[in-house]
Amino acid sequence: MSGLSYTAPSTISEAVALLANEAGLAKVMSGGTDLLVQMKIGRLKPSLIVDTKKIPGMIGIREIGGCFVIGAATSGALMGEHAGLVAAWPGVVEATNLIGSTQVQGRASLAGNLCNASPGADSPPAMIAAGAIAVIAGPNGTREVPVEAIVTAPGRTSLGKGEFITEFRLPKKAARSGDAYLRFIPRTEMDIAVVGCGIAVTLDAAGVCVAAKVSLGAVAPTQLVVAGAAAALIGNKLTDAVLAKLDAECQAVCKPINDKRGTIEYRTKVAGVLARRVAAIAFQRAGA
Amino acid sequence: MTYIGNKSDLRVVGTRPDRPDGVDKVTGRAIYGADFRLAGQLVGRILRSPHAHAKIIKIDTSKARALPGVKAVMTAQDMPNITSEESFVGEGPTNFRDQSLNVMARDKVLYEGHAVAAVAAMSPSIAEAALALIEVTYEVLPHVIDVEEAMAPGAPILDETLFTAGVDPKPTTPSNIAKKIILKSGDIDAGFAKADIIAEGRYVTAAVHQAYIEPHACVATIGADGQATVYASSQGHFMIRAFCAKLLGMEISNIRVIPLEIGGGFGGKTIVYLEPVALTLSKMAGKPVKLVMTREEVFRASGPTSGAVVEVKMGAMKDGTIVAAQAVLKYQAGAFPGSPVQPGLMCAFAMYDIPNVHLTGYDVISNRAKVAAYRAPGAPISSYAAEQVVDDLARQLGMDAITIREKNAAKAGTKTVYGVTFPEIGYEAVLAAAKSHAHWKAPLGKNQGRGIATGFWFNIGGESSASVFVNEDGSVSVVSGSPDIGGSRASMAMMAAEVLGIPVANVRPIIGDTASIGFTNVTGGSRVTYATGMATVQATEKVIEQLKQRAAMIWDISPDAVDWKDGQAVPAGANAGGFDPLSLAAIAAKAGKTGGPIGSEVSVNAQGAGPGFGAHICDVEVDRETGQTTILRYTAIQDVGRAIHPSYVEGQIQGGAVQGIGWALNEEYIYDAKGKMDNAGFLDYRVPVASDLPMIEAVLVEVPNTRHPFGVRGVGEVPIVPPMAAIGNAVRDAIGIRMHSLPMSPPKVRKALDSGQG
Repeated sequence: MSGLSYTAPSTISEAVALLANEAGLAKVMSGGTDLLVQMKIGRLKPSLIVDTKKIPGMIGIREIGGCFVIGAATSGALMGEHAGLVAAWPGVVEATNLIGSTQVQGRASLAGNLCNASPGADSPPAMIAAGAIAVIAGPNGTREVPVEAIVTAPGRTSLGKGEFITEFRLPKKAARSGDAYLRFIPRTEMDIAVVGCGIAVTLDAAGVCVAAKVSLGAVAPTQLVVAGAAAALIGNKLTDAVLAKLDAECQAVCKPINDKRGTIEYRTKVAGVLARRVAAIAFQRAGA
Repeated sequence: MTYIGNKSDLRVVGTRPDRPDGVDKVTGRAIYGADFRLAGQLVGRILRSPHAHAKIIKIDTSKARALPGVKAVMTAQDMPNITSEESFVGEGPTNFRDQSLNVMARDKVLYEGHAVAAVAAMSPSIAEAALALIEVTYEVLPHVIDVEEAMAPGAPILDETLFTAGVDPKPTTPSNIAKKIILKSGDIDAGFAKADIIAEGRYVTAAVHQAYIEPHACVATIGADGQATVYASSQGHFMIRAFCAKLLGMEISNIRVIPLEIGGGFGGKTIVYLEPVALTLSKMAGKPVKLVMTREEVFRASGPTSGAVVEVKMGAMKDGTIVAAQAVLKYQAGAFPGSPVQPGLMCAFAMYDIPNVHLTGYDVISNRAKVAAYRAPGAPISSYAAEQVVDDLARQLGMDAITIREKNAAKAGTKTVYGVTFPEIGYEAVLAAAKSHAHWKAPLGKNQGRGIATGFWFNIGGESSASVFVNEDGSVSVVSGSPDIGGSRASMAMMAAEVLGIPVANVRPIIGDTASIGFTNVTGGSRVTYATGMATVQATEKVIEQLKQRAAMIWDISPDAVDWKDGQAVPAGANAGGFDPLSLAAIAAKAGKTGGPIGSEVSVNAQGAGPGFGAHICDVEVDRETGQTTILRYTAIQDVGRAIHPSYVEGQIQGGAVQGIGWALNEEYIYDAKGKMDNAGFLDYRVPVASDLPMIEAVLVEVPNTRHPFGVRGVGEVPIVPPMAAIGNAVRDAIGIRMHSLPMSPPKVRKALDSGQG
């Protein structure tokens, strides 16, 4: 029987060293709600688990000059209870608060949801739309990358050996801006997105969109940034024609698979449907 | 004796006391199957087939046996190779040989997840490692999953010795069709000739699992003298005893089965999977062995109910009279014969008095887990089709969907297609309650629709035993042989308390093991409150006779001069003498001096169960862009005979409706191209979650069954019969398209909306 070691270091450098020096498979754990399930079904057999929750700063939300710094191991429940974050980035919070059940909400972390690298993860499209940055610690120091640069394929990330995410940074919310996230599931909770869509927009005084970012989940191997969809919004108000263009742009980039959760045809159509609905919420939140 | 009389005379029956099992369940003290442990027990694990259909060429267990910490490794070679024999042990007929082969595959694996070997070891990790060391050589065979593909010529044959029964002349080539059944009355062709309008449809349902929260679990121990004890949660510990004895060649008296708390069964725990394996391993290892299924094993290897294809055609006259009804039912049985197609046939049109009926059923095996009973086995599937065709008849006629059912309603004296003439039944009362319910007339919004469907279940009686003891302090113990899956402890205690005239708090109900109470059939078929209740009432009445005799001795008068009233012995009249009443406690205190302990056991084979009928009204809203159906409002009306504990009865009705909602909207077994189940977990096998549902309003109609002392009919099965058709009819109403297959999942509904065809 192979051994499994568990350790909970109290500093970032200690954690980096442990991860970098492990000969076998080392896994970072924060909430453990994906990792432990994958170990139970035998998909992952790590030799070392490095629990990051004891490292100061890994759990918690700080507001610095209007920007938000969210510790990588922060749970959805903590995010949902942070009034400032909810007011500034409601889409990010609602996406995170869709993960799992109430019990899972108390454990599951933002970094775990991202680094599990599931195409259907809920928080990444919202984080990507919001322009979130991931701060990564590693043997060669610290680096910052946009959230969309983390996941490279299902189950794979761009993190190197010894690297892990320590925090996320959300930019200062612009005036007349808003974000939103919706996912489609066959039930009302306790499910995995068949399609997810996050949109963040900024409007001018006349209600015309001046900046937009659209991200789709569960319709491709990784979350998509849909530039064409953003372009359809920028320079416009949310008219029926613009919504139709947004829908079409989103459908055009979808490369989903047929599986037990949805067909290619269905996922593609629903991506357009969700994009329209999410845009309407984001525009409304931006004051349209 | 009957206590039906005036309902207002009842003091306990019809009230809602706290349930006797409630505190243990909500505090976590209740011992379910997986909670139980014995000192020194070993961990058992089962190796399961990765193939849907394969010959077992060789099983080499030598490496697993050699692993330190492994105490036993078994295959089918360690069990008797028993011959084919019909069994009536569980809920519905099975075959002991099939049961044996389902518990452990011998020459062939017939579905993915089929057990091929098992180990008992010192720890879970050793047991897992031992499984990995068992080398099974398979010759993979072509497989078949779909029911109609399994019936088609040239389909892979699962059992070369199986020839279709019920076909004349007897076939000479083997088939996956185990049986063809025809039921008929009148002249179907003449019936259709008389019809002014015809409605018909072909409907497909998916296999769905009972999805009980507690996985199968047991601990078994067998001594060197062959005395065995099995601790297990099930719907029948006498059933476990009977199967283990037969499958392992043991004498029944050498097996004692002790029931543990059960976390849901719904029919799925009326057969054995683990117990014979645990006993065999225990015998080999000389230690107790515990086996607990994972959820994945529950899905892959324990019985769901059939998926099916059902074709229904009905004809009616302009005034709404249904003159002909025809159906063809093709039911998946799983890997061994025994789908619930027979009750499916019998229940399809049982709500109606139709002169000309023709029903054809096929019991079809394929490379799926063997089906097990699931709430009203077979009936929901045929009713799903039939009740939508009735809806189409009403639409064609422009007739109210309740009115057409009233016009054709079965009533006392109606002869069913299977030959039984109904006694007093409550179908018309149920329809009247539905018609007058505010829900039926409530306004609907855009993209919303309403449907109604009705359903029938026989309810059954059968063999039950119960004993009633008066304890030294006058408190009362009620012991029955029925595992409690739906409130039977509460209802037994309440019926005993009512008959005795004492508060229900003074009665403690328990479930006796196989060595401490007489034989009792499984808890299934909605039989327990009826049959075990009858035994309990009779045992209580015998106790009252004893109490009167004891009082007579104390007073030194004739027992005939003693009455039992309000929980006390009283002189029967002025002539009997002027004695103060004797309470239960007072008589109990003197029991030693008046003849010893007071108690009685009664065993019955109850006949005359009361047929049950229900009607469900459902409102849905369909999101035309995503195809998602939301249940807005749901009312379930049912004739329950008499509700002993109304909260439990409502709970049964709500639970049945919710399981039906899952069946209708999202639940299904999904297989990949290799015949492996692709969604063996609660993430992708989608039972409804609480937030998916509105409050289910249960409306109790009480048309007492006069053959039960309190008028009980069964209640647990009927409520899963109407939901799929009710929701199908509501979706049809909302989108104008008839959906023809289950589940009515969002992708399917969106596709129907895009194509105009459901």
